[in-house]
Formats: sequence, structure tokens, C-alpha cells
Amino acid sequence: MSKRLWIGVAVLVLLTAGAALAETPKKGGTLVFGRGGDSVGLDPAYETDGNSFMICDNVFEALVAYADESTVLEPGLAESWEISDDGKTYTFHLRKGVKFHDGTDFDANAVVFSIGRMMKTPNVKFVGEGFKIPAQERPPEYWVSMEMDDTVESIEAVDPHTVVFKLKRLEAPFLANMGMDFADIISPTAFLKNPQEFLRNPVGTGPFKFVNWVKDDRITLERFDDYWDKTGGPYLDKLVFRAIPENSVRFLELKTGNINICQFPNPADIPLAKSDPNLVLAVQPGMNIGYLSFNHTKPLWQNVHLRRAVAHAINRTAIVDNIYQGLGQVAKNPIPPTMWGYNEAVPGFAYDPELAKQELEKAGYPEGKGLPEITLWSMPVPRPYNPEGLKVGVAMISDLAKVGIQARIVSYDWGTYLKRQREQPEDMDLFQLGWTGDNGDPDNFLAVLFDGLASSSVRTQWKNEEYHQLMLAGKQTIDQDKRAEIYKKAQQLIYDEVATISIAHSTVIWPHTKNVMNFKLHPTASVRMKNVWLK
Amino acid sequence: MLAYITRRVLILIPTLLGVSVLVFLMLHLTPGDPAELLLGERATDSALHEIRKHLGLDKPLHVQYGMFLKRLLKGDLGETIWTRQKVWYEVKQRFPATIELSIVALGISCFFGILFGIVSATRQYSVFDYLSMVGALVGVSMPIFWLGLVFMLIFSLELGWLPLSGRLSIGIELQTITNFYILDALLTRNWAALRDVLWHIIMPAVTLSTIPTAIVARMTRSSMLEVLRQDYIKTAKAKGLSGFTVTFKHAFRNALIPVVTTIGLQFGVLLGGAILTETIFAWPGVGKWMYDAVMQRDYMVIQGGTLFIAAIFVVINLMVDVLYAVINPRISVK
Repeated sequence: MSKRLWIGVAVLVLLTAGAALAETPKKGGTLVFGRGGDSVGLDPAYETDGNSFMICDNVFEALVAYADESTVLEPGLAESWEISDDGKTYTFHLRKGVKFHDGTDFDANAVVFSIGRMMKTPNVKFVGEGFKIPAQERPPEYWVSMEMDDTVESIEAVDPHTVVFKLKRLEAPFLANMGMDFADIISPTAFLKNPQEFLRNPVGTGPFKFVNWVKDDRITLERFDDYWDKTGGPYLDKLVFRAIPENSVRFLELKTGNINICQFPNPADIPLAKSDPNLVLAVQPGMNIGYLSFNHTKPLWQNVHLRRAVAHAINRTAIVDNIYQGLGQVAKNPIPPTMWGYNEAVPGFAYDPELAKQELEKAGYPEGKGLPEITLWSMPVPRPYNPEGLKVGVAMISDLAKVGIQARIVSYDWGTYLKRQREQPEDMDLFQLGWTGDNGDPDNFLAVLFDGLASSSVRTQWKNEEYHQLMLAGKQTIDQDKRAEIYKKAQQLIYDEVATISIAHSTVIWPHTKNVMNFKLHPTASVRMKNVWLK
Repeated sequence: MLAYITRRVLILIPTLLGVSVLVFLMLHLTPGDPAELLLGERATDSALHEIRKHLGLDKPLHVQYGMFLKRLLKGDLGETIWTRQKVWYEVKQRFPATIELSIVALGISCFFGILFGIVSATRQYSVFDYLSMVGALVGVSMPIFWLGLVFMLIFSLELGWLPLSGRLSIGIELQTITNFYILDALLTRNWAALRDVLWHIIMPAVTLSTIPTAIVARMTRSSMLEVLRQDYIKTAKAKGLSGFTVTFKHAFRNALIPVVTTIGLQFGVLLGGAILTETIFAWPGVGKWMYDAVMQRDYMVIQGGTLFIAAIFVVINLMVDVLYAVINPRISVK
């Protein structure tokens, strides 16, 4: 090897080493996050929307946390926990030396206050003086819809660093629930100073503290220098969340470098982002499902062959390619493949019009003869799991027509759609809907969406005793491997019985500028800025 | 004059009451359920029940309206369904942005509309006249949305002269006193912020002003032509007065009366147009807020916001009527 080449190699090695060294995170800078809308409020117990939670994600912390890019549970404000043998008592050992942004100490009483205030009739015990829990201004929606009042019996601070939760029933997803935003821990002193104002001036223990909020314009956070975890971030001086409602304008702001991260660009802008040397794409398969289901309360749809005919008639690959514009993957199960307990063995419904015709014949409607025109309800608004419900509906009815099933689209405004769908009306045969997961637990999909025997609130109202028993067993088993087996069986059952037709899991792609380092999307859609830094 | 104004203000009360009844009924007769929208796919029967109960949506309509009215008499517009804040607080947060934008847009409309109208009228059938009237036609029929995006592409992306969206750049500090940013920047003598605020307002204001400019221009032109045909104008010209004096001293003032009415009405058009403009330019005003409220069926916001806008309308109408008397002494306020 010539001398020159050696020098070349040496230079290259040095350059690479330099690049590696440059990758150590550095403090400083202001990151601007462009999003489609403003937050509704900033009190985690009462919010329901992603734009509010993304601020809470950075201002507050919960007892347990989800790991980066997954829903594996990690210690949060609790550094460890024990679960009793009967699975009904959870003892959390809290982290010491943690401070709220207002300077008060984080302790067991803060936990009791934060979670206890959501109970309909608080059954709590503080250590020492404690706090008076004020009457609820309104129902804490998440707590209520997760049926936490039916789960939690009491919350007790045993000493300043230990909290015990006693449960009314065995509820395996309980721990995962405690990592959700609604279970964030707030500063009781800040809250009690002015309960009405707290949702405009949130105070937590998170890596960033709240600075100000200009409605419909921006929310500014700044680094919390007394953050307990000294091993990583926060690195950014300031974090600004700007509301830019129009997708194309938000993307233009990114291209001009006025914002650093662009949430939900138009699918058409993704290729432009790919070809732009200044932009990087953050990609994450969404923890969601868009599905097509049946009105199981109608005798017509008790016929499994008819359900199977519909399932094989629909070309889901074409729907994902053309309507999701590739930002998704065809689903074979109702839970996303990234979730534990996913059943890889389920074959999924192949697009097979011939098979669909055969099933139609078995159902007693050869070539669709004798089958009345059916309705296919389609969503009027884009949802995270389905970009254009109406277009998807149109594609589906043309697929159905090819095998002899005549269908027409029905749609209402979103609120009416949700309301009427719940009533399972006679004029609804098929309906599109979907779900975005909360906590990475399969129960949060499989029980909530398909166990019609558990509650009249379940939207599919599919009633199957075997499935119901599986769901109960899943909730009452603590061992995760055993639970995974239970949920795999459940997915097979859904497939065999054609309880629903899983269409797609959407993919989330947010482009960001090249100088944003260590930004990772999260399956729960939370926006975590703790370890993000600017190059 | 004072008695007239007092009377007009008193008439305001039944007008607004009528508006509130109409809006209330329209809202509650159209389908849609704020509780469903609030909870979305995850709504359970018990959660829905709790929220409806909390919001009083389970009570009969007349009771709900009664509650609304009782609060209103205390000067309380109630609490929004979505953000759980006082409607009044939310209004105060957003109205300055919209009013500021509308005033600047109206200023642009008045200046260019009247200027083009007068020049077109005094040079009827000239190339300028044809051009400005074609321009007015284009202006009226131009979709705001498209125009806003075209402006952005030209002035922000290509030329880099103006910021794309928002009211204030990140990193520019402005101490807000009134929430009218131009005013706040002047009051605090913050010249850097003033420049930034003006730079931000140009594009949305021009976009918003296209339709009113076109309408004002056409109105001014036809009104001027009408006046210029009058005998007294001929007399003035016969007396040998200069064209400028005839146009501005004799004709313009009389031609202005219908134009002032038009301008007053344009304010309403601006508030309507603000929805689109505010959405495109990420302008944190009341237009976008009201639009979202309709989409989310936030009854309290729609009721409160509509009342407030109606009140502004009535006040502007009153101002227009008073202006009449100032412009033209032959009209007296009785």
C-alpha cells in the first residue's frame, strides 16, 4: 500500500472518529415542533387528545414509563414495585430526591393526590397531614372510560416513599395503565393554589417545565435544570410547540427550517421530504388498527359464510397502496405486529374473489341472489388509522359488487356516526372504525373492541362465550407469557369466526430537519423530547 | 345624537337575545353530540352519561337555554365544553388577533378599493378602467385558500421576503399588554418586534383583503360615476375648477355614502373570510376557533362567540350610521 493511501486511510479513520465524537449530545438550542392543532388543556387527568398529551409527556411523569420505541414497562417515578401473589395489591417504591418544577418535593402524598382525585369517591390515605382532595370539576374521561373505578379499591401512602394500590379485581393491564398520561403525577401544592388554572399552568416532575401558552399559536417549555435523572437529557434550552393547522403549510415551514419537526404531513409530501437532503424521516408503525366489522346484532350477519365472503372479496392491499398511499401495512390481526402476543400464525384473509363467491354460495346466496342491498358505514373524517374512510368505503363496495354483493355507502357527521353506530341500528350492515392503542397491552385492543359479552359499550357487539372467557383469563393472569398464549388463541378465534376484518395498521412518518438528533417516535404516539438534542 | 346612540344601544339587547335564541335552537336541532366527539372511539356508556350529566346536556332544551340566559345576565358566557375554560377568557385570548388582522385588511381594502374606484370612474372606458374592473372580478372570484398558498410560494419560498405563517417569529420576545401585537410593540417601544409583527401580518391581510378590495372598488366606481353625472358637478367644471378639486371636493364626499355602507358590511365578510385565512396562515384568531367549535359541537363556544360577533356587527352598523351624518349633513340621525 502506498504511503499516500495510508495517509488517506488515516485521515478517514480520524474523520470517522471525529464524527463519532461529535455525536455526543450537546446542550442548548430551541427546538420548534410543528403540529396540526393546539392543546385542549394540560391537566393530564382530564385530557383526551394527543395534542394535549404531547405536552404532558414532557412536563409530567408517571410511576411507570414506557421504554423508547416500545411499550415495555420501565421504572418511572417509582424505582421498583411488587405485586402480591393474588395480584390485587401493588406496592410502589418511589424515587427519592425528585423535585416538582415549583420546588416542592415529590413524595407518596403527591401520588395519592394525583391518582386519588380521579376516583369517584376517593378512598385514599395520606401520610402525615396530606391534602384535601377537591370535588371534581367534571368526570376525568380517561379514568372513567378505562373503568378504573371498577379496578381500584384504595390508594394508600404507607410512608413518604411507598404507595400501595389495592385493587377490587385482578386486572393484569393495571401496571401498563399506570404508565399512561392520565396517571401522571402532578404537584398537589401547585394544583391547590388554583385548581381552575392548573390546566393552563401545569407543574410536574418532567424534563421540561412549562413557560407560557399563546392559545392556538404556541406553547413554550424550557429545560428543567433540577431534573432527577442526570444520566441523559434534557438537552434543549427551549421547546416550542407551534400549531399550524394546514398540513401543506406546516411542511413548507419545515422546508424553510422554521420548524424542526413536522407532525402528520400530507402523504404527497413524503416523497419530497425523502428527496430533501436537509430532512430526515422518523418512521414508526402505528399502534393502531382500522377495521371493517359487521352488525352482529342482525340475523343476516350471524352467517359465518357470508362474513367470510365479504372478507375475501375485499382487496386490502389495493386500499393500503392507493388510499393509505403506502403509509400503512395490511393487517391480518386486530393488534399491531409490534405488540407482544401478536399471532404470526394467523393467515389473514387473502384477496380471493373466487373463494368469496364460493362462500357466498355456501351462505345461501349464489352470485348474491336473494341478498338484499347492504349498507357500508364509512367515516366522514380522517382518523389516525384510516386517512379517508369514504374513499376506502367506495373501494370496498366496488370490490363487493365484483362478487355479487350490492352495497351502498352511508355516512354521517362524525359525532352522529359514533352515536348511531353504538346503537347497532337496523340500517347498518357493515361499518368502518378503528382504534389507537393506549398502553401496549393486547387487552386494550382485544377486550375493548371485540368482547361484546363484557359490555354494551363494545362497538362490534360480537358475542362469543369462548372469546369472553379468553378475555377474562387474559385480565386475570399476571404472567405475560401465559397471557400472550391466551391472546394468540383469541386472534385465531377472531379469524376463524370472521368476527371482524382487519384492514390496516397505519404507519406514522414525521419528517424533521437533519440537525435534530435522537428523536424517536413512540408507538403510543407520545412525543418524548427528553433525550433530543440539536446538532 | 347622544339620544340616538343610546336608543340604538338599547335596541342591541333584543337583537342579541334573538340571535342567542336562534343560534341555540339551530345548534341543538342539528345532529351531533359533543360528548361523543369528546370521547371519540373510546366512549363508553358510563363515560358518556357522566359527561352529558356534567354538561347539563341531559336536561330539556328550555332548561338548558334558561341556564345559559341566567349566566348571560350575570355577564358570564359559560365554560367551553372542550377546554373547560371560561368562554370569555378564550374570546379575550383570540379576538385581538382577528380584529388586528381585519383592521389591517380593511385598511388595505379601503385604500386600494377607493383609489382604484375613483381612478376608474374618472377615466371611464380607459385601459386602466378595464384592467381594474377585470382585476376586481378576479379578486372576487379568487379562492382565498389557493391565493394564500400562491403568496406563500412566491413571497416566502421563492423570494424569502415574508414569513410563512404565525404572528411572531420564534425567538422574538414581545411583552403582551393588549394582545394587539402592533399596539403592544408600539407601547413597549419594541421596534424589532414591531417589524416582525408587521412582516407577519402583510400576507394574511392582503389575502383577506382581496374580496373586499374588489367590492369596494366596484362600488366606488359606480357611485362616483353616478355623482359625476350630476348637474352640480357640471357647474363646478363650468366654473373652471380643476379636475382634482371637482373630483375630491365635490364628487367624492357624496359618492362616499354608499361606499361607507359597503365597507361596514365588508367587516362581516372579513370575519367570515378570517376562518380560511387564519387556518392557512396559522393565525391564532377567532375564525379558526369558531370553526373548530362547530366541528366539535362546542355549544358554549358557538353561543358565546356568535353573540360576541353579533355585538360587534351591531356596533359597526351603528358607527356606519353615525358616520353618514358626519359625511353628509343632509342625513340627520333621528
